[in-house]
Amino acid sequence: MKSTTALLAAVAGGVALLSGCVPNAGIDTAATVIAVDSSDDACTVETDSVASGTVTFRVSNSGERVTEFYLLGEDELSIVSEVENIAPGASRDLTVLAQPGSYFTVCKPGMIGSGIGQSSFTVTGDAIAVSEDRERAISDAVANYTAYVKTQAAELVPNVQGFVDAYVAGDDDEARRLFPLVRINYERIEPTASQFGDLDPAIDYRKPGAEAEGLEFTGFHRIEMDLWLDAAVANYPDETIIPLDAAGRQQIGQKLVDDVTALYDAVHADDFELSVSDITNGAIGLLDEVAAPDGKLPGEENEFAHTDLYDFYANVEGAEVAFTAVRQIALDSGDDGEALVAELDEEFAAMKALLSTYGDYEGGFVSYDTVSQDERNELGAQLNALSEPLAQLTHAVLGVDPAE
Amino acid sequence: MSEAPIDPLGAGGDSESAPAPRGMSRRALFGLVAAGVGTGAVVGGFAGAASRIASSAGQDAAGAYAFFGEHQAGITTPAQDRLHFAAFDLTDRATREDLIQLLTEWTAAAARLTQGLDVSEAGAVNGPELLPPDDTGEAVGLPASGLTITIGFGPSLFRTADGVDRFGLADKQPAELVELPLFAFDLLEEASSGGDLCIQACANDPQVAVHAIRNLSRIAFGTARIRWTQLGFGRTSSTSTAQATPRNLFGFKDGTANIKAEESEALRDFVWVGDDEPQSWLRGGSYLVTRTILMTIENWDRVSLAEQNDIVGRDKGEGAPLSGGGEFTEPDFALRTTSGDPAIPASSHVRLAHRTHSGTRMLRRGYNFVDGSNDLGQLRAGLFFMSYQRSPQQFIDVQSALATDAMNEYIRHVGSALFAIPRGARDGSFVGAELFD
Repeated sequence: MKSTTALLAAVAGGVALLSGCVPNAGIDTAATVIAVDSSDDACTVETDSVASGTVTFRVSNSGERVTEFYLLGEDELSIVSEVENIAPGASRDLTVLAQPGSYFTVCKPGMIGSGIGQSSFTVTGDAIAVSEDRERAISDAVANYTAYVKTQAAELVPNVQGFVDAYVAGDDDEARRLFPLVRINYERIEPTASQFGDLDPAIDYRKPGAEAEGLEFTGFHRIEMDLWLDAAVANYPDETIIPLDAAGRQQIGQKLVDDVTALYDAVHADDFELSVSDITNGAIGLLDEVAAPDGKLPGEENEFAHTDLYDFYANVEGAEVAFTAVRQIALDSGDDGEALVAELDEEFAAMKALLSTYGDYEGGFVSYDTVSQDERNELGAQLNALSEPLAQLTHAVLGVDPAE
Repeated sequence: MSEAPIDPLGAGGDSESAPAPRGMSRRALFGLVAAGVGTGAVVGGFAGAASRIASSAGQDAAGAYAFFGEHQAGITTPAQDRLHFAAFDLTDRATREDLIQLLTEWTAAAARLTQGLDVSEAGAVNGPELLPPDDTGEAVGLPASGLTITIGFGPSLFRTADGVDRFGLADKQPAELVELPLFAFDLLEEASSGGDLCIQACANDPQVAVHAIRNLSRIAFGTARIRWTQLGFGRTSSTSTAQATPRNLFGFKDGTANIKAEESEALRDFVWVGDDEPQSWLRGGSYLVTRTILMTIENWDRVSLAEQNDIVGRDKGEGAPLSGGGEFTEPDFALRTTSGDPAIPASSHVRLAHRTHSGTRMLRRGYNFVDGSNDLGQLRAGLFFMSYQRSPQQFIDVQSALATDAMNEYIRHVGSALFAIPRGARDGSFVGAELFD
């Protein structure tokens, strides 16, 4: 509980007063300044510990490519704050109200991929009283969640490229190993991808879905069908399913790379905007993806590879990041909000703990076809236990005026 | 949440480690639940319902039955036309406190639903715009429709199959609350057998019964999950002399000899658990047996009328015993036809099930069901048998007596469950509260 609370305070505090993309007007001038050097192959932070209070990361780009700097939460997913578009030779400041807790710093030269030089960063001392400016808190929550979506898209592109490279090269074992892993970034932000009409169908439609809508069957699941051909033949005994040749692999692989790149471009476009209800409703959307009749819980998402538990976990992670982004706002909405946050903290932890009994990303999750109906029911029951309170988050964030 | 649900563990329980109930339910969260249950406090819109309940002994003008009372409603209540039944299992994470909270919330919700009210004061349409409604809404505008909600406890609530005492209730398990034995012709499916908890929702409008189970299941999310459910579209028993005897899917009147609400002696002798029960919490309660009985109706429909009558032991038109008279004439099992055969055949259902053969009686409350059809185009149809008795042995005796029943050729028992039905809750308490004393 300690860590979540600390992270929480940090998100809200940092968010409330940080000025990642705006001049730091209004910030306490007595900020502690920490120098950060972002080169092409390192991310050097002057110190890995600081006392709580207003902290400015002065990020200098000594590399050849445009870079970014992130302060991540303890879960290594939530973005506490970030500064983008630091040109080679330039320097930009990231000022945050740092609350006590454990964090991570990371640079992202080239603004794509998972970044380099990720290091732990600790804030010591006492919690700092935070601004109660609700509108400001909401706009900062949106800014940080938007940055998270961009980060996931930025990691997705090179990950998918590596997967496609292995697939096109005919290294099927490696491609099968990578398949569930490269989907993680996508599954974490799927509701956002769904905003862009054609992209989700092209990237993530299942075979029946594509055929029902008369679309060409492309994307992750087209490649999945080719990599698990025996399962595909077994699932569709009335069809003639033949392996793709080298040219076919090249074409379908490149199409997936192009489509996730288009997603990257879309979420990095100047006019890309999310609202706070996009965040809270997106969190529910992620869990609905799990429970849907063609989702992970019934084992239909990855009907050939049976890697549904990776997607399940990633959907839950994505929902939790969305919750974390608005957590302080919900807390500040009063007793009901506090009770809701406490329940969500507990249910997210329980959901992840239950999923963890089936494995993890690194060591692998068990194949979903080995998960019995009883076990699926228990997963479903916990998903319900999480989804019910999560459905109340929009109200806690937008429907309650704490001044009343 | 200063009004945290009470801790009935008290000092006698594991007070040191007793955690708060896991999470806050939707209704608890928004202050709608009777958080003070046990201390006599009743909050919110619940108070209105409670006062209406207090003033009505039976069914009020709006068709509502009292929820609180000496016995739970839904047993001797004149059998309503429709049923939705659900068996639940507690989740792996559920604690004793979660169980208490669930029963508290179910009681508060049931007290409202049975009065024709939404599940909470905010209900289906009076809550905040940005919240999912507390109530699912499909019963808005419908009257109470005679809804009764009856809650029971399965053997596995007290001890799991492996003997684990999950909720500190093992010493409260009645000696007779154990799994029923296997009977001849049983083809039991896990999918419609057993359960830690059950809710029987009966109403004269199917939408009202479904609404009750749907909303009570929703309240249980996180603590209990549905194990199996059964819809019943038509009653097959009368539990009051004021009711006509309905027909089952064999086309015969069913439950002619049932125990009726008006038979106070029979209720005492055969239905209500008496004061001699060592588990005091169950006194005034009952045992519920459920049996999901598939009928091979396509085969049955090819049986001649005469043979159908012989199998049942009554005539199909009137329901009179084959020994003569009208529907309510006592069967004369000694009577023989001119050819010397028993007028009521030895293997007939009515002969074997009758008290003179089985030695006992039960209060039956079954429902016809048709759950779609199978791949061969045969209806999955039958009888969802429910009987209330003061001891499961009564059912065991009757069912054992039916081993040679000619009807067995046309039925298969695919589901079986036994539940202890605690006595009715006092207004201000909750169903089963004495379990946690």
